[in-house]
Formats: sequence, C-alpha cells, structure tokens
Amino acid sequence: MQPIVRTGMNTNRIDQALYRNIVKATCNAIRQAQIFLPADVKFAISNAMERETSPVAKSELRNILDNLSRAEELKLPICQDTGVPVIYLTIPPDVPYCTGLLDAIREGVRMATKVVPLRPNAVDPVSRENTGDNTGTGMPSIHVSPGSQLTITVLPKGAGAENMSRIAMLLPSEKASIPKFVAETMLIAGGRPCPPVILGVGIGGTFDQVASLAKEALLLPVNTMDPFEQDLCDTVNKLGIGPMGLGGDTTAIAVKVKRASCHTASLPVAVNVQCWASRRATVVVPL
Amino acid sequence: MSVIALRTPLGEEVLSLRAGDRVTLSGLVYTARDEAHLMMEECGIPFDPNGAAIYHCGPIILYGKVVAAGPTTSARMNKLSGFLLDNGVRALIGKGGMGETVREQLRGKGIYLAFTGGCAALAASCMKYRGIYYEELGMAEAVWELEFDKVPLVVGIDSKGNDIFYDVSCKAKLQFSSLFK
Repeated sequence: MQPIVRTGMNTNRIDQALYRNIVKATCNAIRQAQIFLPADVKFAISNAMERETSPVAKSELRNILDNLSRAEELKLPICQDTGVPVIYLTIPPDVPYCTGLLDAIREGVRMATKVVPLRPNAVDPVSRENTGDNTGTGMPSIHVSPGSQLTITVLPKGAGAENMSRIAMLLPSEKASIPKFVAETMLIAGGRPCPPVILGVGIGGTFDQVASLAKEALLLPVNTMDPFEQDLCDTVNKLGIGPMGLGGDTTAIAVKVKRASCHTASLPVAVNVQCWASRRATVVVPL
Repeated sequence: MSVIALRTPLGEEVLSLRAGDRVTLSGLVYTARDEAHLMMEECGIPFDPNGAAIYHCGPIILYGKVVAAGPTTSARMNKLSGFLLDNGVRALIGKGGMGETVREQLRGKGIYLAFTGGCAALAASCMKYRGIYYEELGMAEAVWELEFDKVPLVVGIDSKGNDIFYDVSCKAKLQFSSLFK
C-alpha cells in the first residue's frame, strides 16, 4: 500500500479523504461512548445489583440500569457531564504520524460537540474562559501507539470522579502500603465520584507515566480481575460507602492495575477514579 | 420495603419519613443552583414556597424539552438553603448529601432527598418543562419549573436529624482504621 501522504508538499497534511474519515470516526466513537455503556461494565453493574444486600443500594443500582436503557432508547447521553475526551490512537505503518492526523481528531471532537450534543466543558485553566467546543490548548489529550489498524479509542472523563484521583511517590519499602493508598483514595472520595466506581491503578514507571498507566487501566475490560486486583476491590468494598455514598456492598465494581518498571529507589502509585458511567468506545478508521 | 408516593405541594407527611425510606415524587418542582439561591434570597422567591421542593440541578432544556436533568452536588448549597426552609420549602433534592447546618435546619421542617448521580436520561424521561424564572441567569443557573412524574428518590436526611451520608462516612472511617492499623 502507498503511504497516505502528499509527498513533496507540506508533510503535516494528510489525504483529504483520510482527514474526513478520521473526523467522522472520532465523532462516531464519542457518540457511541456517550450513549451506550460498554457491555462488560453494564454486566458488572447488573451483577452488583443482583448481589447487593442493602435495599437502598439496590434501588440506586436499579436507577443506574434504568438510566442506561433510557439513554439507549432516547439516544441521549448517559450523563449530563459528558466529560472531556481522552483519545487513544493506534497507527499502522502505512499512515504517517503528523499534525494533520491530530487536527482531524480535534475537528471530530468539535463535530461531536454539536451533533451528540456534548456539554462544552473545556476552559482555560486560569481565566476559566470556555472554548465552547471541547477543544483547547493540549485538549483533547491524544495518546499514540503503533498498531495494525488505524483505531480511535475515546474515553470521555467526567470531572466528579477525575477530581478524586490521587498520586503518590511511595518509598520502595512501602510496597505493602499500596492497598492502603488505594482504599484511602476511596475513603476521601466518599460519595462524591458517583460510586460504584472503577479504580484504575498505575504502579511503577515515573511520575508522569504512572498517571497514564492508571488511566489506561480504565480501558481494560472489567469482567476479569487478577487476585491482586480482586483483593484491592474487596478492600475498597469493605468501606461500605456504597452507590452514591448511601451505603451498601458495592463501592467499586472493579479495580484494574497496570504496571511498568521503575527506578530502584522509587515506587510511584496513581489511582484514577472513574464513576459508574465508565464510557469508552473504539472505532476503526477505513483506509 | 415499599416505596412511598409523594406529591407536591408537600405537607406534614414528610415529617414522618425516615432516612433510608424510598419514595417517588410527582408534581411541580423548582431547580436551583448557586446563582439561583443568591438571586432568590435577594430578589424574592418567584413561586409559592409553601410545601415546595427544590431540585439542585442545572438541566439541559432545548425547545421546551428536557434533554438532561441529573442532580448536581448539593453540598455547594450548604450555606444557601436556610431562607428557603424558613419560607416553607419542605424538600431539597440533589446528590451527595448536605452539611450539618442543613441537617439542623431541616429538623421539624423538611427532608433531603437523594437522586442517583449521573442519571440524566432517566431524569429526562420523567420530567417535563413547565416554566422558567430568572432566565437571565442562563440555562444551567435559571430556576426551571419542572413537572416530576414518579421520580425515584431516597430520603437522605430526615426531619429528626438522621443522615445516611453522615452515618456511612463515619462507618467508612472506622472500617478503614480497623483494616489498616
């Protein structure tokens, strides 16, 4: 296959048809994420509802499931906080990584803001001026990795849960404190991040890397947990915070962990808190 | 556990409800966030506050249709709710619970009702637009008159000072200390 780039011209530009396909795919991925919760998350919430022993918690979980059906039926966003889009891109060898690609994604976000519609959430961090279209300086954040296809994964992140996330540079001798740090994050958060939550936990890497790992952990399916993740999840659930902080067995529906090697003298840990509306969707861009 | 049906205007029936009771609420309800509270305290309550219910919500309403109307965090209104209760308001609705001040202000007067956070589509399907006051505050901050049709809620704080959110958070702290001695 020929590389899809205009040679001899501005190499930051991509083929117009590809540009349009990326815009459309980004917009579609956002729309899908906003209206349809992934099947594994929905299944986990409905399992939690079956198991829940507190009547109040059970009715909260029933409201959530009912809300999911209404969103699908009415083609409306699941939650009014449509978040800010976090984008994960995989690029195959024959597509050049250039600014034209990123411009197309930003255009897709602007389009989604109008057609889904999304609440315009992106503001200047200091002046607080709203850009009105969910893009801005460094917004959306786009994470790129090599792949066999051109895929766009969208994770819309609401502020209620994001604001409860924490990072710690533990000492290597404190590795036994990881569960304490995770549980403490939920204790401080209480009902504010709209539990039941999913906790994305990053362990290792560097200061910047560990936060990325925690967020990437939220892309993992929640239908399986390894023994370490299950232990963390059980510990968090022992706090009894329950759906919306009203008490119950279900504070977290899953804890997912991603690791990276780190310096022998450090132990970074990050917890990215995700509300029950764990929205994500992937769309393959036709080439 | 049965679900108790409530309808606005609310009366003394709310005084017999207890924290943890599940209810449905029907009838007219008024939205108010931070700005609307400040405006109403200064310029007057634009509806009859007797037996009224206030919903902490900044809805998306387009062409007279409720698109999304989930609850916002009630704690932001902790210091702003006293005058409403003094004027006869019987119920505050939102998410996350309220502080000690409101818990005391509700004593013998009214209740706090919790609506499931994030349930924007569910809200949209059981609420209808009926009117708007203080429109100049903008869509999110204006006072919207909504007609509720059996909206599912939980009594979070009752009129005797029982508060689920407070109890749950105390228990979570105790549990955390026993797990990590």
